[in-house]
Amino acid sequence: MDLLKSVVKPMLAGLGITRERLKRDKITFMYPEEVREQHPRTRWRHVLTRYESGLERCIGCSLCAGACPARCIYVQADENTDDARFSPGERYAVRYEINMLRCIFCGYCQEACPTGAIVLRKDFELANYHREQFVYTKEMLLEPMPIQK
Amino acid sequence: MPKRVETIVLHDTSTPVLGDTQKGGNIVLTSAETLINQARANSLWPLTFGLACCAIEMMSSAGSRFDLSRFGSEAFRATPRQADVMIIAGRVSKKMAPVLRQIYDQMPEPKWVISMGACASSGGVYNNYAIVQGADQVVPVDVYVPGCPPSPDALIYGILKLQEKIKRGRSKSFKDLKLIEVNARTLETVEA
Repeated sequence: MDLLKSVVKPMLAGLGITRERLKRDKITFMYPEEVREQHPRTRWRHVLTRYESGLERCIGCSLCAGACPARCIYVQADENTDDARFSPGERYAVRYEINMLRCIFCGYCQEACPTGAIVLRKDFELANYHREQFVYTKEMLLEPMPIQK
Repeated sequence: MPKRVETIVLHDTSTPVLGDTQKGGNIVLTSAETLINQARANSLWPLTFGLACCAIEMMSSAGSRFDLSRFGSEAFRATPRQADVMIIAGRVSKKMAPVLRQIYDQMPEPKWVISMGACASSGGVYNNYAIVQGADQVVPVDVYVPGCPPSPDALIYGILKLQEKIKRGRSKSFKDLKLIEVNARTLETVEA
């Protein structure tokens, strides 16, 4: 009888807690199958956006590179000509590279950008095998051309 | 009985690759190797190597919300002798580098390294005299996870990447083959 009181009863009491918890909703995100909704201000992978006309927003001013605390952005600018027009302004970025491993996703580049060219979107699946794969070039960062109507 | 030498040839590029089951031109033990790789990939025991704030996200990924145990990695080990994968979470200072290397050396083969976060992978914002500019200067890194810090799902993505790598990996060294070989021999006897 003593055994019942000292061993079985507490065990059943413990299992009772388990039973209570079973009624609750599951809180686990089944990550690879279902991706959770990121918080509204989450900052992950950078994207260089375009105007609706298809012209790049980036004017190659390097303000993002100046604002970057990790110094992970490299911008090389060149002049637009009438034959080769990439952005509406005078200049555009020939090379735009971000070292994703250095980047701390602080969003200062986004704040510094005068034209809203660089934005941090919510794609977080960036892990990779080699360090060279993390230097994202302009081609990788640039948004695809909008569908012309 | 055919000569066992044929089953030991590590990789023959002239052999056509028949898919996942044939790896490294190994005839007899291919399925065994695939099986072993599957087993290894699905029970990665991480070593707790939290050096800074990334460790909070690493712990969080083992919590119930993200539940790393779905991938067989819930058993965080505090001793390198029982760990398979070292998750370097946080900035590696120059003073910590020899410790990191020693603990890596103490881990039993096969072992993998995940470099978690900007600081461990490249130094991040700490481009200064105190911080090692990338843990790969000290230990060989298999998967880099960028982010500051990477959210638990980003780390889980990195672990899944590592699992992919292990699953399609072949035994790289002779030492690796010994695990499944019946009569272990040295490389010289195979070449002879």
